[in-house]
Amino acid sequence: MVEKKLRATLITGRTIDQGVGKELGKGSQEYFDNVAVCFLDKADMIKLGLKPKMNIRVTSKFGSVVVKVKKFPRGANPGIVFMPCGLWANMVCGDETYSMGMPLYKGFAVEVEPAPNDVVLGLDELMKKEYGR
Amino acid sequence: MTEFKSVVCPICGCLCDDLEITVENNEIVKMKNGCAVCEAKMVYGYKSEERILKPMIRKDGKLVPVTMDEAIHKAAQILVDAKYPLLYGWSSSTNEAQRIGVELAEELGSTLDNCASICHGPSVMATQEIGIPTATLGQIRHRADLIVYWACNPWTSHPRHVERYTAFTEGRFEKSEWKNYMLKLKGETGKKKIEAASKRLGQYSPPPRPQVCMVDAPPKSIQKMGRKMIVVDVRKTKTAEAADYFLQVEPNKDYEIFSALRCLVNDQELDIDKVGGVPVDYLKDVADAMINCEFGAIFFGLGLTQSLGRFRNIEVAIALTRDLNRRTKFVISPMRGHFNVTGANIVFAWQTGYPYAIDFSQGYPQYNPGEFTINDLLRRGDNDATLVISSDPGAHFPKSSMQNMMKHPLITINPDMNAISRLGDVVFPAQWCGIEYSGTAYRMDSVPIPLKKVVEPPPGILNDQELLERILNEVRAIKAQKTEVQTKVKGEVRSAAKTVKKTAKRTKRKVA
Repeated sequence: MVEKKLRATLITGRTIDQGVGKELGKGSQEYFDNVAVCFLDKADMIKLGLKPKMNIRVTSKFGSVVVKVKKFPRGANPGIVFMPCGLWANMVCGDETYSMGMPLYKGFAVEVEPAPNDVVLGLDELMKKEYGR
Repeated sequence: MTEFKSVVCPICGCLCDDLEITVENNEIVKMKNGCAVCEAKMVYGYKSEERILKPMIRKDGKLVPVTMDEAIHKAAQILVDAKYPLLYGWSSSTNEAQRIGVELAEELGSTLDNCASICHGPSVMATQEIGIPTATLGQIRHRADLIVYWACNPWTSHPRHVERYTAFTEGRFEKSEWKNYMLKLKGETGKKKIEAASKRLGQYSPPPRPQVCMVDAPPKSIQKMGRKMIVVDVRKTKTAEAADYFLQVEPNKDYEIFSALRCLVNDQELDIDKVGGVPVDYLKDVADAMINCEFGAIFFGLGLTQSLGRFRNIEVAIALTRDLNRRTKFVISPMRGHFNVTGANIVFAWQTGYPYAIDFSQGYPQYNPGEFTINDLLRRGDNDATLVISSDPGAHFPKSSMQNMMKHPLITINPDMNAISRLGDVVFPAQWCGIEYSGTAYRMDSVPIPLKKVVEPPPGILNDQELLERILNEVRAIKAQKTEVQTKVKGEVRSAAKTVKKTAKRTKRKVA
């Protein structure tokens, strides 16, 4: 049975493609293609009725963002979703530091749902929307 | 055509110093020995269309090119007018520029923070609490027979770390495991081919999917001879695939697992079956491997510093290393990200006494992570102007922090139009450090390495150090002018007051 929403734990971090993309330029197509994404476990994708490259909405208590879905390249990680660090992941990360300077980047709850009617915004569009420039 | 050898890669904390670069017509055309990220920057990225070639100031919502003098004056004026400015970044700059940055922060009475704030700041705090038994990467390369990568994925964030410093390098006393890895890879590829063929023939039934977090049972290769590599992570990464032993743990459970390992290393029994999603039997395997090695090294990444527990995770990891040193030789080292974030900590520490989160508002340096760290300042909305240099918080800070930063003037110094430069009010171009100008940077194990210059920068673009020196001089000039005006006004007020007094006295006398 296809579920509407998935409750998961979000981890953000580096990927080699994100590294290559950022060095080629934050406005490059490589950066957008490799950073505006979220990795899900194959089983979780089946639960949500998702196929690779479909649009999904990731929501935390700090914000929400639309990105493309990708399957984890290896291993099984049910209940864990991964986003490469970058502008899109920042939309759902929190500024709570627990008085240690470090914001919430890893290990917090998010909800993932299919978003077939929403658009993945580019770097400039997303900054314009959220930061006004 | 000029060829440069032993060029240092200015990207990650590995600072690989064996690049061979070919330059033709002042452009890098070929690069040998670097990783994919290095190639992206050194061959293509540094000369991309996103390069900033002129200083810009935001006018009517748009960035407009201006002269360097105008931009420097505007930036200095913003910093002088601000009551509590914030200077942030520094991790992709040279030590020489960082030193000028400290001087500028002191002159302005501002806060000074670097990227450690959002990467290994908790590691610095843990080191201050408990100390750190560590070694240089050279020592580890030649001697370590057990490598543990905990909560990090060097294959993507430090692509040549395994190849240059740990399991896949030929050390003086330890052999490389590269050939064994290649054999393993060939075996696995063969297995996959057979599975695919059986699937086509309809004879294949996939193994049942396990429902628990611990997915793959660790292989027996932890008992093999030679160098061993153990990976502990929340997901199976490429590094985990290359490892001899992989433990998949539940998110935010590292503290518990380290504590359990400490118990096992200290010969205490555990009365439970699982810790953090890992069966205790597997932890016993790891503890045995740790005790029985001759020289072990733990490398840890942001999976520890950014998960719940923060610096307590690192503290318990260091405590485990301390316990292991009673049984064998063990060291621990953070996987520092930006190529000179270690340098930023070291330069700030030797200049002010503190590695990051420094405040100069009282006229002397104060240190308090959680109070003077950039995300806390932005969260509270304390600062009223920001200068960002050689860093991109626009792409790496939580949305709410950036929204608060955007409420006040923003000055940026970066070679290319990254996210933060796109948001700036005053945008400076800069030379690429380690490509267009030389300087010093500290490797992740705190070894200083000189960076090389291989091409000439575009005309009119200054390096970080020169830019900061000019901004500092302008700040001093504006402040001196301000003081002069204030003194003049004060003098005028005093002389006016004297005149009033004299007139009053004369009037009194006349009346008398």
